[in-house]
Amino acid sequence: MMNSVRILIPAAAFAAGIGVIAAQAPAPQPEGPAPQQNDVSIAIKGDIGAPLHYAVPEFRALSPDPETAAAGKVLAEVLWNDLAYEREFDLIPRDTYRTIPQPQSANDVPFDRWRELGADGVVIGTVQRTGNTFHVEMRLYDVKGRSVALGKAYDNITLRNPRAGAHAMSDDIHDSQRGLRGVARTKLTFVSNRQNERLTGTVEKRDSKEVYVADYDGANQQRVTTNGRLNLSPSWSPDGRSIAYTSFMKIVPQILISNIYQGTLDIVTNDRNQAMLPVFSPDGSRVCFMSDRDGQFEIYTMSRDGSNVQRLTNHQSDDGSPTWSPTGTQVAFTSNRSGRPQIWIMDADGSNPRRITFNDSWADRATWSPAPYNEIAYAGQNGPGFDIKIYDVATGQTRVVTDGAGSNESPAFSPNGRHIAFTSTRAGEAQIYTMARDGKQLTKITSTGANTYPNWSR
Amino acid sequence: MKHTLALLLLVLMTSVACHKTQPPVTRPMPPPPPPPSDTVSLPPAPPAPVREPVPPEPLAADAVASRSLDDLNRDSPLQSVFFDYDSNELNDAGRAALNANAAVLKKYPAWTVTIEGHCDERGTPEYNLALGERRAVAARAYLLSLGIDTGRLRTVSYGSEFPFDPGHQETAWSRNRRAHFVITAK
Repeated sequence: MMNSVRILIPAAAFAAGIGVIAAQAPAPQPEGPAPQQNDVSIAIKGDIGAPLHYAVPEFRALSPDPETAAAGKVLAEVLWNDLAYEREFDLIPRDTYRTIPQPQSANDVPFDRWRELGADGVVIGTVQRTGNTFHVEMRLYDVKGRSVALGKAYDNITLRNPRAGAHAMSDDIHDSQRGLRGVARTKLTFVSNRQNERLTGTVEKRDSKEVYVADYDGANQQRVTTNGRLNLSPSWSPDGRSIAYTSFMKIVPQILISNIYQGTLDIVTNDRNQAMLPVFSPDGSRVCFMSDRDGQFEIYTMSRDGSNVQRLTNHQSDDGSPTWSPTGTQVAFTSNRSGRPQIWIMDADGSNPRRITFNDSWADRATWSPAPYNEIAYAGQNGPGFDIKIYDVATGQTRVVTDGAGSNESPAFSPNGRHIAFTSTRAGEAQIYTMARDGKQLTKITSTGANTYPNWSR
Repeated sequence: MKHTLALLLLVLMTSVACHKTQPPVTRPMPPPPPPPSDTVSLPPAPPAPVREPVPPEPLAADAVASRSLDDLNRDSPLQSVFFDYDSNELNDAGRAALNANAAVLKKYPAWTVTIEGHCDERGTPEYNLALGERRAVAARAYLLSLGIDTGRLRTVSYGSEFPFDPGHQETAWSRNRRAHFVITAK
């Protein structure tokens, strides 16, 4: 039985918001450019133990207009950043090869010049305007072997967002050269008060907080919700097409699901009880959340439409902040049943609860990594602020990933488990950052207003 | 004349019956019918029991009751209750504030109230949602023990999302760890 109520959001309400995404990317693949041809795919090999050096010169514009020329620069710059992000290759600084001529064909690639520079792989690309979109071709050359390791073409790259084309290329290169699922096409969601709108109906000064989405690198930040109230804890569905979140739209917090590419809203819970912090199960069929429907906060699961509610915890304490294990068979959560809040794990039916954090005065917001890692990141406190810590489920060992600067909270793993988005006050107001799972490669994602509750699409 | 007397008696009896079977209501009783012009010869009416159950409905002259909800909440007669770090235990000051709030709520029985639970910025935003709720529930439970009707009190937790004082030191934090009362209907 469908319990939830679906609301069709008028297009006008989304004029400045997610409708732009919808227009840019019709179903079912959010970012349009699909590979048109797939030549060969050969892994470039270098010296054993030494990292491969890659170069990404500007893409050659095959159309004379300024948009195409600009796109040629953007594609190279974004692809360079995307490839550097995963740290599988050493990216040679772009200003060191501005003088190397762009080849007019595959036959005149100046391999000697690239070899002099120490490049093992070089990405040579072209961009051409075809009506209202770009056609992009990319070839990854094996410099030593003087051959093409990967060649692909991409159509339907919008004039507005050529970055999407670079993201698709980066994911293809990581897939073909490393068998790695890159994150260049993934997205972040978070809440922000940047719209600077005061909540109506209160006498204290309170800012509305709305749900936003952004590319993984912080580009293309767009507002999703427009209700002008408090909205918290957005969480992606596994297919990346919906976001479940907590909304105080009707004062008592409820769980909503925004289907961002359709422009519809599902009201999943709608009663007198508070329901908060929803997270989708790995298969997307169920939602785990916390609610006070039986008194204090306990953890429940329900079908995506709000039906078939099951209670997982039953304790005279607060249980909240749930996260699913990658297979959906376990749930990690926060409980203060031993005093201060700590991280616990239980089976997905609520049985076998056991505590896993013992060295923090306060631990919260567990987030379970995807395979092949089997780790739980959380915000743990030993000093004035919090740090992001990672607990290895197999060994029981915990390592601290942030460096004590500011307070670091609300971790969320990237879908390949190699990166973590989190909130930090290290530069003043709370902002969203990403970092590699070893704490390096700190990248600031937001800078306007206060931004919290990051979540990374799968 | 006979007619009028019978009518008056009926009105009186009905009023008495109402009074016996119904608890005090929150609305003023309907005004007695206008006396007919020829009541001079009637015996004086007994001390009307109908006067007694008039509920403590705020008079039009009551400065508090006549204000709008926004005005009421801006300078609220209901006091906030403050808590220690990661605690939902009421202290003496908190109980005193709640005693005063209970008296106000008894004086204005039509008011319904949302008790908001709030936390300071320390701690994590997720767990603070649970902690804020515990504070709101603690305040609510105390008011219930003082006889305030459960249907008039709703709780909601805002965690650390809406600090009263934006500062980042204990003076601000102590003001932000609170149960805050919002009058939602009157």
